[in-house]
Amino acid sequence: MIEVRDLHKAFGTVKAVDGVSFVARDGEITGLLGPNGAGKTTTLRMLYTLMRPDRGEVLVDGIDAAADAAAVRRRLGVLPDARGLYKRLSAYENIDYFARLQGIDADTRRRRIDALVAALDMGDIVERRTEGFSQGQRVKTAIARALVHDPRNVILDEPTNGLDVMATRAMRAFMLRLRSEGRCVLFSSHIMQEVGALCDRIVVIARGRVVADAAPEALRAQTGAATLEDAFVKIIGSEEGLAA
Amino acid sequence: MRAALTVFWKEVRENLRDRRTVINTLLTGPLMAPLMFVLVINAAITRELDKADKPLPVPVAGAAHAPNLLAALRRAGVEIKDAPADPERAVREQDADLVLRIPNDYDAAWSKGEPAQVELIYDQSQRDAQGSVARLRGLLDAYAQQTGALRLVARGVSPNLTRALVVAERDQSTAQARSGTLFGMLPYFFILGVFIGGMALAIDTTAGERERQSLEPLLVNPVGRGSILAGKLGATSAFAFTTLLLSIVAFSVAGRFLPTEKLGMSLELGPHFALLTLFAMLPLVVVLASLQTLAAAFARSFREAQTYLSLLMFVPVIPTLLLSLFPLKTQTWMYAVPLMGQQVVIMRLLRGDPIASSQLALCFACSALAALLACLVAAWVYRSERLAISA
Repeated sequence: MIEVRDLHKAFGTVKAVDGVSFVARDGEITGLLGPNGAGKTTTLRMLYTLMRPDRGEVLVDGIDAAADAAAVRRRLGVLPDARGLYKRLSAYENIDYFARLQGIDADTRRRRIDALVAALDMGDIVERRTEGFSQGQRVKTAIARALVHDPRNVILDEPTNGLDVMATRAMRAFMLRLRSEGRCVLFSSHIMQEVGALCDRIVVIARGRVVADAAPEALRAQTGAATLEDAFVKIIGSEEGLAA
Repeated sequence: MRAALTVFWKEVRENLRDRRTVINTLLTGPLMAPLMFVLVINAAITRELDKADKPLPVPVAGAAHAPNLLAALRRAGVEIKDAPADPERAVREQDADLVLRIPNDYDAAWSKGEPAQVELIYDQSQRDAQGSVARLRGLLDAYAQQTGALRLVARGVSPNLTRALVVAERDQSTAQARSGTLFGMLPYFFILGVFIGGMALAIDTTAGERERQSLEPLLVNPVGRGSILAGKLGATSAFAFTTLLLSIVAFSVAGRFLPTEKLGMSLELGPHFALLTLFAMLPLVVVLASLQTLAAAFARSFREAQTYLSLLMFVPVIPTLLLSLFPLKTQTWMYAVPLMGQQVVIMRLLRGDPIASSQLALCFACSALAALLACLVAAWVYRSERLAISA
C-alpha cells in the first residue's frame, strides 16, 4: 500500500507539486491521470525516493520514505519515465544486474528471471544484446528488471508510452495480472481509455494538485459527463492541458 | 560493498565489450605515447650521430678564389659541391641547408694579410640545418686560427700571445642526467596514458548513463549512491591503471632500443624503475579518475562530457611545463604536490638519482590524500538530487 500525504515540491519559484495526497491500495490498480506538466512524474519521483519532498510524507507499507529510503525502495518495483538499458549487455544481463543490486541470491535470481521472462513472453530476446531492441522489447526488459525482486508495490510511469497496439494490450494484461496477485499497482497516464479500462481508482492531478479521487464510474457520475474524457476536461477546468 | 562490486564488474564487463574503449585503453593509450616517443627520440639521436660521422656536403660559390681553404675543408671531411645559381633563394626555399660563398676580393685580401671575408648563407630557423652550420663554422674557425698562428710564427711571435684566456669546460652532469633532460616529457606521457585510459569509462558511467536514460532506474535500487559511485570509480581506476601498467611495460621494452649509449647516456629502465613509478602513480590514478568522473557528472550529455575532459587534460601539463621552463632545484615540498611529485619522482628515477623513501612516501601520502578528497567531492556531487534526473 502506498500513502501520500500533502506532498510539496518546488523548483525555484515553480510549484511542481502543491499538496498532493492519495492512497493506492493493495489488489487495486490506481491511475494517476493528468495533462502533461501536471506534476505526475515529480510526484512519482518523490514516491520512489529519487527526490526529497519539500514537505509532506510518503508511506509505503507503513514505512516512512524519509526515514528509511532503502527499505521503501526494496518494497517498490519502479518503471521510471527514463527506462534506458545497457546496450552492450543482453536482456538477461540487464535484469540480472538489478537483481544483484537488490541483493538476491543466485538461485532465486535464476528462478525469478525465468518466471518474468515467461510472464512477459520474452524468451526469444532474453539472450540477445539490447542494442537494436524495439520499443516494446525495451519496455519488457525494463519491467522485468523493475520487478525482479518481487515487490508488493509497483509504480509505472506512463508504461504504454510509445508502444504499438499489441504491446499496449500485453502491457494491460500484465498489469491486471499484477493486480490479481494482490499487488498495489500505481501508474501514471494521460490516455483516458487506458485509465478507464484498467483502474479501480483514478487520481486526477492538475497544476500540482489533486482535483479528483474516485472510481471511474463515480467520476463520470460526479461530473455528469457522458464519457471519461469529458469528465476529465470538466475536472481540470480547461482543454488547454489536453492539447500538449 | 557487495553492491559496489556488482557495479564494478558490470561496468568492466560492459566496457570490455566496447571495441573502441578497449582499443583506447589497452592499445592506443599505453602504446602510442611510448612508441611515438621512442620513434621521435630515436630519429633525433640517429640524425645527430649521422651528421657527425658523415661527410658534410657544402655547396660553395666562387670556389676558384680559395683553393687552399677548400683543400683544408676537404681534409676535414667536407664534400665540396657546386653552388646553386641563387644561393640565398636556395636556402630560403630549403633546397640547400647552407651555402658557402667566397667573394671575388678574397684572393686580394688574403694576399695582403687583411681579414678575408667568406659568407655563410643559412637559415637560423631551420633546425635541421643547425648541426651542419655549426660544424662548418667550427671548421672555418679552426682554419682561421691555424693560419693566423702560422703567420705569427713566421714573424717570430708566439701564437700564445693572442690567447689571453683559455676556457676548459668541465661538465658535471652524469650520463643519466643528460638523458634525463631529453626525457623530461616522459612523466607527462605516463599521466596522459592514465587520463586516456580512464576517460571512456568516466564518461560512460556518468554522463553516458544519464544520456541513455539508465541512471534513474539504477538509482531506484536499494543501494547507497556511495556504493554505486565506488563501483564506477573503481572500474574507471582499473582501466586507467591497466593503461598505466601497459605503458610502463611498453616503455621499459621500447626504451631498450634507444641508442642512448652512443650519446654517452644511460637510462635506468629496470624493474626498480617500473615498480617505483607504479607506486608513485597509484594514488594519482584515483585522483584523475575521480576528477574525470566529477567533470563528467556535471555534463548533461556525452559530448559535453568529452569537452570538459579534453579541457581537464591540460591540467597535468602544467607541472611539466613549469619544470621545463623553470628548471627548479628539486625540493622536498615538490613531492607533496600531486602531479608535480610524480613528475619529480619519475625524472629522478630515470636519471638514476637517489630518492629517499621518506620523499617517496610523502609523494604517495599527499596524492592519496588528494585522491580521498576528490572521491569525497565526487560522492557529495553524486548525492545531489539533480544528478539523477535524465531529462
